[in-house]
Order: sequence, then structure tokens, then C-alpha cells
Amino acid sequence: MTLPLQDPLLSAEGKGQPSRRTGFFRSVLRERKSAVIGLAIIIFFVVLAIIAPYIAPYSVTTPSCAVYAPPSLQHWLGCDDGGFDMVSLLMVGGRISMIVGFAATLVAMVIGGGVGILSGYFGGWIDVSLMRVTDYLLVIPDLVFMMVIADLWGASLFHVIMVIGILEWTSTARIIRAQVMSVRERAYVKRARGMGSGNFRIVWRHIMPQVGPLLIANTVLTIAIAIYLETALAFLGLEDPTAVTWGTILENAFQRTAISSGAWWAIVPAGFAIAAVIVGCFLFGQAVEDALNPRLRVAHLAIRPWRLRPLVGRGPGAI
Amino acid sequence: MRGADYVIKRGIFAVVTIFVAITINFFLFRVLPGTAVTDLSRVPHASPQLQHALTVEFGLDKPKWEQYVIYLKNLLHGNMGISFTYQQPVTQLLIQDLKNTIPMVTVGTVAAIVVGIITGVLSAWRRGSIADHTSTNAAIFFYAFPTQWLGLMLLIIFAGTLPAGGMSNPFLFGAEPFWQHLADIGQHMILPAATLMLTAYGSYTLIVRSSMLETFGEDYVLTARAKGLPARQVVRRHAFRNAMLPLVTLVALDLGYIVGGAVLIEVIFSWPGIGLAMYDAIGQRDYPMLQGGFLILTISVIFLNFAADLLYFRLDPRISE
Repeated sequence: MTLPLQDPLLSAEGKGQPSRRTGFFRSVLRERKSAVIGLAIIIFFVVLAIIAPYIAPYSVTTPSCAVYAPPSLQHWLGCDDGGFDMVSLLMVGGRISMIVGFAATLVAMVIGGGVGILSGYFGGWIDVSLMRVTDYLLVIPDLVFMMVIADLWGASLFHVIMVIGILEWTSTARIIRAQVMSVRERAYVKRARGMGSGNFRIVWRHIMPQVGPLLIANTVLTIAIAIYLETALAFLGLEDPTAVTWGTILENAFQRTAISSGAWWAIVPAGFAIAAVIVGCFLFGQAVEDALNPRLRVAHLAIRPWRLRPLVGRGPGAI
Repeated sequence: MRGADYVIKRGIFAVVTIFVAITINFFLFRVLPGTAVTDLSRVPHASPQLQHALTVEFGLDKPKWEQYVIYLKNLLHGNMGISFTYQQPVTQLLIQDLKNTIPMVTVGTVAAIVVGIITGVLSAWRRGSIADHTSTNAAIFFYAFPTQWLGLMLLIIFAGTLPAGGMSNPFLFGAEPFWQHLADIGQHMILPAATLMLTAYGSYTLIVRSSMLETFGEDYVLTARAKGLPARQVVRRHAFRNAMLPLVTLVALDLGYIVGGAVLIEVIFSWPGIGLAMYDAIGQRDYPMLQGGFLILTISVIFLNFAADLLYFRLDPRISE
């Protein structure tokens, strides 16, 4: 039986979809210089994080120079308070900071994406109750909330990942919800439903491909926030004190008199590394989001350039 | 929806959010690992008799919901418990800290808004010029650096010239005239407030810039120009005032971030505010202080958010339609 309505997207294989998606990212990269720069920065730091233990010039567990030794030919960025080489610390620390950032983001995306799809797709009381929870969480100052939970739970890397992940999903949920709500009403989704597709199949085959790029853009922006929060929590002493991360490097320098010793090299490079990753995520995520949603180019609709704070309940169509 | 409805709706939302925060605050400290007696009373190896006595004394033998009602009742009377470290009522201590936090955060935020508006309007007005590129890039630059790092940088640069910690000079005694004390506090405030300004102003610049560019394209700006008004007046009277609306929203949404940044800043500069009190409470396992600090900061943010809602409604009545 052939239906006149048959939609190419409805065919069981769904051919052409993956290539359309990669095509989208390719065109974003071609058209926007900022996306290329952002992606290059992210890839650079990811590669560095992967190979850090093999290329780090010195050990981060056995001291290799004098306490707060200034930069020299052997130690390009000097040494920290324990006589460890700063270049090696930055490489290895970046590895753990990136792991925390990526893992926390994964948690946040699973929760935020799930909540967004559930409430956007089903609507009704599910939507109302999930969005209420989201709104409450959105107003509570996140770093302060994280301080309390991380302290009660105990200082460890895993807890920091979970705390960031559990609290940073709210804006993702709102953005994904808005997108799902608009996709849900499109003709081909209605047709799929009319032809008897189940909810799971509709979400997986027809809604996910539409929401996917937005979710990826959001993921990249959330990584930046997660890394920022990691350094903040570490600075407040809420991370495993033995772990080497960009956050604990700054904390150690502050706690152990780097400033009064004039050891600027123990502080300055870590800040630049963090800022570089954050700018990279920002440029790439922003470019993808702009390409997906031209509305974001209008200022009053785009008030979440960076901290991912969506407009909440202000005016019609606010996300 | 009419105007009054909108205000009532936002008011109810604020009240319910405060209630949610109180409830989270209550259960968080009871759900997470560790029994209240081992954690809250700081006697990890007490004998069973002592443990039992403490349990009864703190009312922990009662069911959870009864404890919750007692907690709510105490809060209504402004009672947040006794600090383990200071052996004084938490409410008293934190109100003193709040009085120190508010001026610093206010000065920093207002400075951020002013700098954001000036740089944003300038970039929009001279779009594509060197000034535009400089101010936009500087905004992104300061945006990306962690708050604590910016604070440390200011500390390194100005450690010799400006007071680097605390809120007042301990060697100034009560005998000096009032204005001298005020000047002293002001001097101590420069670095913390400047850090807050640097960490917050970047997003304001960007939003003011794009929102100004947007209003430049509006018909009423074109009309004003066609009437032959001078450019300065068009920018100030016609474009600028309408371009400020998104800024109100952004500042309101940024409050949580600003409060978080204030905690880091108070730790760096030993500013005796609520953030520092919470930081110390973490170090000393002073749970009533931590709980109280969280509650006060959260309620302040919720309250300010509500205030921003009202302000927005006042500025742009279209929102209730």
C-alpha cells in the first residue's frame, strides 16, 4: 500500500538524516569564523588533556625544583609551593578539570534533555510540574547551593561532578522544551502519530534529530559553566584537596602565600588556561545556537549569552 | 492578563520559591549522610547515653514532620539556631554580616551596570570602529576569566597601594571623626567592588550593545532622525531608554551569579560578609551558620528577583498583555 502522504522521513531507514546533521555542522563551520576558532581551542585542550600524562615534562607527585622557583629554561612557568613544575601541573590539572567539566555536563544534559523532552512532548500536568521545579531551581543561587551540598556530602571529585550536574540542567531543560514543543506540532510528527508510531519511536526518530544540534550547542556552553564552577568550588576548598585541577592550583596558590611571595607564575597561567577553554566553548556553542535560532540575534530574545540564563516567564514566547 | 494579575502571580511565585528554599534547607541537612547527632553536635565518638541525651535535647527523636513544623515556627520568630563556633544566635551574626555584604555588592553591581552601559552604548554608536572592537573584546575577555582569578590579579597588582583585606583599618579607633571611618571603609571596598564589577560588566556591555543596535533600526528612531534632531539627542532620548529594558532582565537573572561571585570575592579579600561567614562555617563544620547563610542569600535573591519583575512591569506595561 502506498500512501500519497508518505513522507521520506517516515521511511523505516530514515536515510539522509545523519548526513544532513553533519552537513549542518559543516556549514556552520564554513560560514562562521568564530565556530572554527572555538572548535580549534576545544580540540586543542581535549587532545592536551588526553596526552598530558605522557608529555608532561616533570612529575606532579615528586618535587623537581625549589619552592616558588621563578620561570627558567628548565621550568618555563616556574614552580609552585611544593616545588612542582607549573607546566606539568597545568597539563595534568587541565586533564582533571576537563573530565569534571565534561562529566558534569553529561549529567546535566541527561537530566536537562530528559526533562525538556518529557515536558515539551507530553505537556499537561507533566509539563507544569517539571517546569515549576525548573523555575525554583533556576532562582536559587547555584554556587551557594552547591557549596552547601558539596560540604555536607564531603569533598571528592565525584561529588563535585554530581553537584554541578544536578544543579546546572535547568536552562537546558527550558530551551529543549521550547524546541520540542514546536517540533511536536509539525506535520510529519503528526503523520507519524497518525500512522501509529509509539511515543518512544516518535521522540527518538523524529524529534531527537531536530533537537540534537541545539542540545549539542547547549552541551558545549554548559561545559564552560561546569569548568567555571569546578574552579570556584575547588577554590572554596570543596574539592578533593589531593587532586590536581586548575581550580586547586589557584586555591593552593592563594592559600599558600603565592601572592606575598610574588609568585605570579603560580596564578596567572591557570587563569589563562581556564579562560581559553571557556572562550572556546562560548564561541562554538554560540555560533551553533545562532545558526539554529535566528531569533537569538535579536537582543531581547538572546539574554543568555553566556551564563545560560534563559528568560523565565517574562513575556510571551520567552524561553 | 491584567496588570494586577501579573504582579500577584509573580508575588505568589516568589513566596512559594522562598518556601521551597526553606524546605530544601531543612531536608538537605537531614537527608545527607551522617546522623544529626554525630554531625550537628560535633561529638563523633560520644557514649550511647550522651547520644541519647543529645537526641532528646535537640528534639531529634520526634518524627521528621514534627521537626519540620518546629523549624518553620522558629524561622518565623527569626530563630536560626546557635552558631557552634561563636556560641551566639545565627540570626544576629548573619544580619551583621549582611550589613557588610550589601554595600560592597551594591557598589560593585552598580559600577558594573554603569560601565556596561557606557561601553555598550559607545560600541553600538561607533559600530565597527576600533573603540567598538576594543570594548567588545575586553567584555568577552573579562567575562571568561574566573572571578577568583580576577580577584587574585587585582590583589597582585594593587597589594602595595590599596588595602588588600578586611573592611576597616584595625588601628583606627573610635576617636576619629565619622567621615574618616567612612573613607577608610571606602578604601577597603575598592578592590572587592572592582573585582565584582570586572566579573559582571562584560555581559552588560554585550547586551546593551546589541539592544542599542536593535533600537537604532526602529521606526521611531528613524522618525526622530528625520525630524532633524541632533544625533546625541536621538541616541539618548529615543534609542537608549528603550534599549535599557533587556538590561533590567539580565541584571535580575544575573543576581544568583553575582551572589556566588560575591562569596569568592569576600573569601579573597577577607570581607566580613555572609560569603566569608559561609566559607568559615564550612571550615569549622558550623552547620547552623552554613544553613542560615544559604537561606539568607537565597531569600535575598528571590526577593530582588521579584523587585526586578515589578520594575520591569513598571517600565514596560506591555508584558502583562
